[in-house]
Amino acid sequence: MTTVVSTRPAPTASAAALPADRPPHSERRAGALLTAPFLVIYLLFLVGPLLVGVVLSFFNTTTVKSGLGDWVGLSNYSEVVTDPLFWEAMWHSVLFTLLTTPPLVVLALAAAILASRVRRGRVFYRVAFFAPYVVPSSVVALIFLWMYTPQIGLIPKILGSVGLPVPDFIGSTSGGWTAVTLMTLWWTFGFNFVLYTAAIQDVPPDVYEAAAIDGAGPWQQIRHITVPMLGRTTSLVLILQILASLKVFDQIYLLLAGGPDQSTRPVIEYIYDTGFTSYRGGYGAAATMVYFVIIVAISAAWYGLRRRRATSAAA
Amino acid sequence: MTTITQPRPTTTKGAPAVDGAKLFNRLCAVCLTLFALIWLVPFAWAIATSLRSDGSITQNPTSPFAGGWSLHAYSYAWDNHPIGTWYLNSLVISALAVIFTVGFCSMAGFALAFLRYRGRAVVMALVAAGLMLPSEALVLPQFIEYRSFHLLGTFWALILPSIAAPISVFVFQSFFRGIPVALIEAARIDGAGWWRVYARVCMPICRPALSTVAILTFITTWNSFLWPLLVLNQTKSQTIPVGLSSLVSNSNIQYAEVMASSVLGFLPLIAVFLVFQRQIVQGVATTGIK
Repeated sequence: MTTVVSTRPAPTASAAALPADRPPHSERRAGALLTAPFLVIYLLFLVGPLLVGVVLSFFNTTTVKSGLGDWVGLSNYSEVVTDPLFWEAMWHSVLFTLLTTPPLVVLALAAAILASRVRRGRVFYRVAFFAPYVVPSSVVALIFLWMYTPQIGLIPKILGSVGLPVPDFIGSTSGGWTAVTLMTLWWTFGFNFVLYTAAIQDVPPDVYEAAAIDGAGPWQQIRHITVPMLGRTTSLVLILQILASLKVFDQIYLLLAGGPDQSTRPVIEYIYDTGFTSYRGGYGAAATMVYFVIIVAISAAWYGLRRRRATSAAA
Repeated sequence: MTTITQPRPTTTKGAPAVDGAKLFNRLCAVCLTLFALIWLVPFAWAIATSLRSDGSITQNPTSPFAGGWSLHAYSYAWDNHPIGTWYLNSLVISALAVIFTVGFCSMAGFALAFLRYRGRAVVMALVAAGLMLPSEALVLPQFIEYRSFHLLGTFWALILPSIAAPISVFVFQSFFRGIPVALIEAARIDGAGWWRVYARVCMPICRPALSTVAILTFITTWNSFLWPLLVLNQTKSQTIPVGLSSLVSNSNIQYAEVMASSVLGFLPLIAVFLVFQRQIVQGVATTGIK
């Protein structure tokens, strides 16, 4: 899932500026030829899986051998919707979103504001916070699994020396959620930090100067200028974070394997299990479609809200 | 957040206010530096562990200097896992993905920005709609489709999804639209064909867009996990993230070796990041790829 941020107004010189008469043959041919390679791959490998998913969800396809299997109508869907395990997995994805979104948004905003008040060492902060984001998820899991190791891991040692209770990070459900949340925080924090930092740089400096002349202290400047001016960015960071968190798979699969007793298994792992452990391709496709519709509905609602707010602001 | 209860200072100018702001900024710097140092701890801890021996790790887990340092774990990890092969696979796959994505998507972006042809509006709509499509959620039907095309187990299976990403077309298209039309018309009047305008006039100008797309494609392809896990099931053909994931297990007590493998897994990417950090961060900030 990707979203384009228009942080800077795009230059408006465009195809509309070209003369409006019928384009010559060479131009039409060039357009078609230049678009074709991308379009073919796009239709085959991005739109294709969506259509395949819709079709499969009406058949009892298995993933072990090729072929569609038999038409089963809507029975896959009725089974998915009534399967408590599916809704449990859905809830785990939502719970993960609820656990990770607030700290990832609030801490990133706080850190970006702090960074905006510091002149020196910007590159250091950027590198420190963003570096984890370019590390593969399995490497992050290896490092954190070692840091979570009972008795000898770094985090139990630190908690123990401060006198805090040490949760069972891998063996218990609540400990598992803590472990996954901390790891995700470390891994993806830099992304939101960078989005906020870029947005803060776009706030014109004369606003601050005017506020300083009016006697606003740094704290008031942050509260009454920086945070309100970042409203659009916050809305963007929030939706990107929600959508990314709802698609969680790597961290939970690697660190906990959805365990203990599937008590942390997210939807994508549920689909993975039905498709590649029970080999029920058609059923997995139906689960995929239900999940897909939920995600698309959330992002469409966000786009709608944003557009309505933009038009009402313009009017 | 706390609210301000104190009344505004009545003296707006003067030394105390400036000092307060300075003090505040210094406090910010201290907090942020502490925060950033905490963020570096996992890296430092992994490197420190990888240099020790398993015996001294279990005896003195929190004193990284006990027992002396050696590179033994690295040679052990390198010998026991085909890390070199995984690297090569990751490199070939990511490089091919970058080449094809930059090539095909910039062509499409150019056509959408400058050319009038039949179906342009439809392609525009498809690209815009594709931006909202959570393609990662579709792994299962994607898997079945690739199997029927006999693409499973091939590198193409990992390259094609990245070419099909509409975000790259979008980045190129919005950059091309910033190029003045007069420049294109001048090149056309000089007798340049559309291909020449694209390859010789526009591509050299759009270096920033090119590096954004190239770097982000490289990182996402290199780091993708679930899809290569499904598609490449031979140990020899795996990528770095999938290969290293086989070491994830809480019964694995060869801590030094596991950490040496992780260091080998993150070091090259961190090196790439340090070299290109400005472009990478700029690319993320303007496109918001997640």
